[in-house]
Amino acid sequence: MQVKRTPKTYDVCIIGSGASGGTAAKVLSEGGLSVALLEAGPPLVPERDFKEHVWPYDLPHRGAGVGGAARRGLEDEFLAPNGAWEIEGEPYVAAPGSKFRWFRSRIVGGRTNHWGRIALRMAPVDFKVRSHDGMGDDWPLSYEDVAPYYDKVESYIGVFGTKENIPSAPDGIFLPPPKPRCTETIIKKACDKLNIICVPSRLAILTQPLNGRAACHYCAQCGRGCKSASNFSSSQVMIPPAEKTGRFTLITGAMARELIVGKDGRVSAVSYVDKATRTEQRIHARAFVVAASACESARLLLNSRSTLFPDGLANSSGVVGRNLMDTVGSDGGGYFESLEKMPPHNHDGVGGMHMYLPWWKFDRKNEFLRGYHTEFGGGRGMPGVGDYDDLCDDFEGYGTSLKQECKKKYGTWIGFAGRGEMIPNENCYCEIDPSAMDQWGIPVLRFHWKWSDNEIKMARDMQETYKEIVEAAGGVYLTDHRSDGPNPYGIADGGVIIHEVGTVRMGEHSATSALNQYCQAHDVKNLFVTDGASFVTNADKNPTLTIMALTWRASDYLLAEAKKGNI
Amino acid sequence: MSISRRDILKSLTITAVTGSVLRVIPLEAAEYAHRMVKAEKADSQTYVPKFFSAHDYKTLQTLCQTIIPADDEAKGAIEAGAPEFIDLITSENKDYQVALGGGLMWLDNTCLDRYGKFYLECAPAQQKEFLDLIAYTKNAKQDPSLGQGIEFFGFLRKLTADGFFTSEIGIEYLGYIGNTFLKEFPGCPPVPGI
Ligand SMILES: Cc1cc2nc3c(=O)[nH]c(=O)nc-3n(C[C@H](O)[C@H](O)[C@H](O)COP(=O)(O)OP(=O)(O)OC[C@H]3O[C@@H](n4cnc5c(N)ncnc54)[C@H](O)[C@@H]3O)c2cc1C
Repeated sequence: MQVKRTPKTYDVCIIGSGASGGTAAKVLSEGGLSVALLEAGPPLVPERDFKEHVWPYDLPHRGAGVGGAARRGLEDEFLAPNGAWEIEGEPYVAAPGSKFRWFRSRIVGGRTNHWGRIALRMAPVDFKVRSHDGMGDDWPLSYEDVAPYYDKVESYIGVFGTKENIPSAPDGIFLPPPKPRCTETIIKKACDKLNIICVPSRLAILTQPLNGRAACHYCAQCGRGCKSASNFSSSQVMIPPAEKTGRFTLITGAMARELIVGKDGRVSAVSYVDKATRTEQRIHARAFVVAASACESARLLLNSRSTLFPDGLANSSGVVGRNLMDTVGSDGGGYFESLEKMPPHNHDGVGGMHMYLPWWKFDRKNEFLRGYHTEFGGGRGMPGVGDYDDLCDDFEGYGTSLKQECKKKYGTWIGFAGRGEMIPNENCYCEIDPSAMDQWGIPVLRFHWKWSDNEIKMARDMQETYKEIVEAAGGVYLTDHRSDGPNPYGIADGGVIIHEVGTVRMGEHSATSALNQYCQAHDVKNLFVTDGASFVTNADKNPTLTIMALTWRASDYLLAEAKKGNI
Repeated sequence: MSISRRDILKSLTITAVTGSVLRVIPLEAAEYAHRMVKAEKADSQTYVPKFFSAHDYKTLQTLCQTIIPADDEAKGAIEAGAPEFIDLITSENKDYQVALGGGLMWLDNTCLDRYGKFYLECAPAQQKEFLDLIAYTKNAKQDPSLGQGIEFFGFLRKLTADGFFTSEIGIEYLGYIGNTFLKEFPGCPPVPGI
């Protein structure tokens, strides 16, 4: 007679190893639980995958990619190992009349391998927007509930910044910021004149050694991968401590297809595709943490249908896929003659801005609700492919004079990027496409998108502000976005700012939300969705620090429940 | 003066990070090709064009060097490897093959019509006269038959600039100082008025 082996049951199975999944892995395994983590992508090997300090001329394509693919078009510029707008074999669909772009990474660490590392806390008012202005919904928790977890995350990952006491931009636990670059000095002076707040930025990059990681060496190449892990990525900062516990199992090349529910209404297993063998596998666990990135998590729940949950798992409210939000983005910039006179000097610094503009009009009535912050940069960066074509377009001709003109214009740009709050609306959501599927037969998402008037007004305000700043700083504003057309005032298409959140939102009531304040499903107690899907609103703050704080908080709660025997 | 949205984005914080990253990090395939080109060069000392015929490649080299010539301050596009860069990505891109391959044929045929010779064989004064026609978009207004040539030359100018300014020679010429290890970031040097 054959003895039937019972499969190993982990305490927790996490799906996804990005900002959220990595944080859960660290906290849960260090808390004493046995953890399995499914990651759709391959492992990350810094020695192989990181191109820190490589010069463009060391590469035959000079960084332009095969066939010049990275030369033209924003989407192509984002091509990096295992991160892209389009992934072969894994399509998504935009509904007729909708434009939506979805940037995904398939690698251990997810998009934290590429992110800008801007790490901003949400403000107290951001959690209570409905009480404040009547639109959207309040979060089921307050700033005070999250603040201790912001503290924990910042202290552990390392964020630089300064204490400023600005209501729209709460202070955190900061390392000292790097000194301003020339471009930043110019803009700071102009902002002072205009009474616009301009302060050191807050980035998850070490300016001092921390927890065994070295301080930044100022090569400005964070996004190419940092061999000394001086910047934050989940792969280099969250996964290693989990592995150290001996209770952590990382399973790469594993694409979760469906969460399987037992007769008791709890999730008992996750079914996944082992990409290497194209076989179906299962992991059993007592609790499940879904952290595949906001829309991907919604997709997994919607694809997990059963007799108990015919509309998708944890979706008795019908909100899964709804309330999809991105950030309002509009960009502008100009030319500064003063920068032509700048003597050659090292302008690199950290990979990202040393200063930024938090939302400064919080104390007045504006034409639109909520606010935006502004990121800016420019100057003498490392020359890259595509940098020179538009300059040469300006001059035309050929010969020594062309060569000299191009040189003269080098480093004379300063650009601005507005990052503003979008209020969720019923026209923005994702759902399972009725016909399309990916290469593993998993049904894919269809996106619906429409900006509302509030966001357009915000984009207009951004354009007016950037023109004002550039001119106050003695520059020439060169952006001229139309007020009409598909992208009024240069507003970016949905998804393009890569801050998509809100598709499995939390709330007090199970009728209008899918999760409670601990990211635990109202309908299924051993299921947690900890990534940006849980967001109720999308403040002007880039979401990742909050994703990590909420995940840490949810993980602490899960640990406590596990101790009580509730999970 | 025109500026594309992309230009601005490129100089920006997050996009600059990712932009510069992604601009400079190629796909695995790029690295493979890199090793390939290096190995080839080591073998033969001369680059064997992947797409262009020997004649067209010679024309391409000449045009690149005319667009960004050597001068007192720095060497030019050929020394900077721009033609190799252009040939390699053209060999991998059908659109570029049409734009540049077709462009070079247009150039030779039009020179043949005008001067009875291919571009390379034309006298320097003839070459200059001809380039002065196709190097400026405004000329298409007077003579629409130059349209394709102007388009071609503009595209080649972009690629040449890309190739030149991403080379060691070009980067030094610009005075970019960076991509190195600093213990501390000094910030903006003292400059009057800033
Ligand atoms: C270029 C760029 C710049 C950015 N800049 C900033 C910034 O400055 N500040 C900021 O706050 N945010 C920024 N972001 C956004 C930030 O990266 C994301 O908010 C954050 O990474 C989200 O974390 P996550 O854990 O939800 O998802 P991710 O980090 O995307 O990780 C999800 C992981 O889950 C895996 N996965 C997905 N589906 C499955 C499945 N079915 N089975 C198994 N595994 C799966 C993926 O492979 C991936 O590794 C930026 C993003 C990009 C791309």
